[in-house]
Amino acid sequence: MGLRHRLSRREILLAAGATAGAGATTPLATRPAAATPAEMQAAMRHVVGQATVRQGKVTLDLPPLVENGNTVPMTVAVESPMTAKDYVKAIHVFNEKNPQPNVISIQLGPRAGRATVSTRIRLADTQHITAIAEMSDGSFWSGSQEVVVTLAACLEDLQP
Amino acid sequence: MSARALINVPAKAKRGEVIEIKTLISHVMETGFRHGTNGQEIPRDIITSFSCAYNGEEIFSTQLYPAIAANPFVTFFTVAMASGTLTFKWVGDNGFEMIEEAKIVVE
Repeated sequence: MGLRHRLSRREILLAAGATAGAGATTPLATRPAAATPAEMQAAMRHVVGQATVRQGKVTLDLPPLVENGNTVPMTVAVESPMTAKDYVKAIHVFNEKNPQPNVISIQLGPRAGRATVSTRIRLADTQHITAIAEMSDGSFWSGSQEVVVTLAACLEDLQP
Repeated sequence: MSARALINVPAKAKRGEVIEIKTLISHVMETGFRHGTNGQEIPRDIITSFSCAYNGEEIFSTQLYPAIAANPFVTFFTVAMASGTLTFKWVGDNGFEMIEEAKIVVE
């Protein structure tokens, strides 16, 4: 079944990091700058190309306020009959303030029955999440929601 | 401790019924953006893709990014077409791969 021992490898990595001398790492290693709304737009363009994205059909269900950005439940639902002739091909979710603009990309087909997917995401700051759905007829639809985050994810470093 | 996956698939369904499948796998989903105690970057270690096949035909596939929370939880729907096996596959950094199966009876 391909089960692997994950934790022991992480422990080794952390132990090696803790004992390695400062000379082994780049001094003043900087954190990647947080992604900007412009980077989110670029990531969305990469997926959509030159097509127009219309607002609608896509509902993002996220709590409007979260205390801890490390695990935020998210459901994205797209209105569609999900028949062989009319279905959602893909859903792409983007964020605007995490270090990286992509959250998840999903491929579906008529066998999905319903274009609804749930997961849990990390949010680095109060920001907008946008989901774009690509339909079988080539059209793109989007929906967006703002989430207020009290404690950011992604940027918590290990404590000594 | 090895990675563990929990899968929730209804054991039985009616043909044509839309069923919900819930999956959870234990995985640190290290983003690659954190720094350790000496300021060095902790390398990325995430699951990058998750897919499901129903009697061999892919019905669902995703690409995951560091923005997915640790211990990835993913739920989705599928149409119960025939009895058989659902196969779930997770693939990630550092050669991570996990495959799990669930059976379903469709009447």
